[in-house]
Amino acid sequence: MAMFDAFRAIVLRDLVLAMRRKTDVFSTLFFFVIVVSLFPLGIGPEMNTLRLIAPGVVWVAALLASMLALERLFATDHEDGTLEQMILAPQPLFVLVLGKVAAHWLATGLPLVAMAPLLGLQYDLSVPALEILLYSLLLGTPALSLIGAIGAALTIGLRGGGVLISLLVLPLCIPILIFGAGAVEANVSGLGEQGHLFMLAALLVLALLLAPLATAAALRVSAE
Amino acid sequence: MLDVVELECVRGDRRLFTGLSFTLQLGELLHLHGHNGSGKTTLMRTICGLIRPSGGEVLWNGESCRKLGEEFTAELTYIGHRNGIKEDLNGIENLRLHCRLAGAPITREHAWEVLERVGLRGHEDLPARVLSQGQKRRVTLARLLLSEAPLWILDEPFTALDMAAVEFLQSIIAQHVERGGMVILTTHQQVSLTRGQVRQLRLGWKADGNV
Repeated sequence: MAMFDAFRAIVLRDLVLAMRRKTDVFSTLFFFVIVVSLFPLGIGPEMNTLRLIAPGVVWVAALLASMLALERLFATDHEDGTLEQMILAPQPLFVLVLGKVAAHWLATGLPLVAMAPLLGLQYDLSVPALEILLYSLLLGTPALSLIGAIGAALTIGLRGGGVLISLLVLPLCIPILIFGAGAVEANVSGLGEQGHLFMLAALLVLALLLAPLATAAALRVSAE
Repeated sequence: MLDVVELECVRGDRRLFTGLSFTLQLGELLHLHGHNGSGKTTLMRTICGLIRPSGGEVLWNGESCRKLGEEFTAELTYIGHRNGIKEDLNGIENLRLHCRLAGAPITREHAWEVLERVGLRGHEDLPARVLSQGQKRRVTLARLLLSEAPLWILDEPFTALDMAAVEFLQSIIAQHVERGGMVILTTHQQVSLTRGQVRQLRLGWKADGNV
């Protein structure tokens, strides 16, 4: 019970902090919106081409946007000493990590997912394809946050941590990108998207089980 | 009872201390001395478990702290150089949050009362960002008033505090020791106790760990 209460306390705290310092939330969201909107402008209004590249573009933009927000995930906690207190709290650290990642996803990932179908309209995606895009992002972005947290934990206190996180984490995110973008493509081409979505769900479960433990271990090392 | 056995700590290339052993009983206060860079903070963080020692171990009631994990950290209140408070949250929120994480939630009224006792009347609901260094320190130290943990590890708790706050904190520490608690602290202030025992440990370049 105390464990669950600590989890809720961390989620609530980070959401309150995100509300009081909105720049992190909005910079991620606007980065995503702008990157996705640049492609139709750069490539031109050729509907067939746009429809073809849409899933890939939206997914890559989502991937990069979620990297952008990761840098601050543990860095502020490390600077003000709350990370030490979290490590010394009488609750398992991975529970608190899970809380932090959940809040991080709610503040930066969820707005991005909600915005995606609207941006997909620029690419002339059909309504069923937009729906699949939404589902694939809904399954994929939490996994991105979970995996990204490992990178964020390893790079706290390092200069230029942001770039390093991307280098560490992006290769690990490739499977999610492939199945995420693949789901929408499979729907557009009429092959059926179920297989891809199941794969994404499996990756999410795997990340949910392993990433918090890895992140907790990384935090203990970095906090030394 | 806290046992430190043959503890060795290496930071970078330098061996800070080696073969350091001591025992701390209930109702004792250990005052760490040593010049800057002699390893006081490192020793405290090692005892907490934030730093993995390169040799030796720390025992709590005869069991290894590393193995005990959360069972040990539940018995411990650590206050380090960094305050461990969120700048964007106010004193009440910071204190209540800490208590929830420590597994002993408190009500808003209680938090209000405690902050008033540490001398933050009228500043309870201001974000920590606008408080002075000393006031932030007071928010942090308010935890001690609520702490049920027997072992307190305090790293320079008196920095940035004014005379009145120093006196207040000294009385809190003295009370804790009188109640049978244990305290390890570093400070340049003298701490006087009415009851209980003060022990001194001096760390030097060639620390041999004599208590």
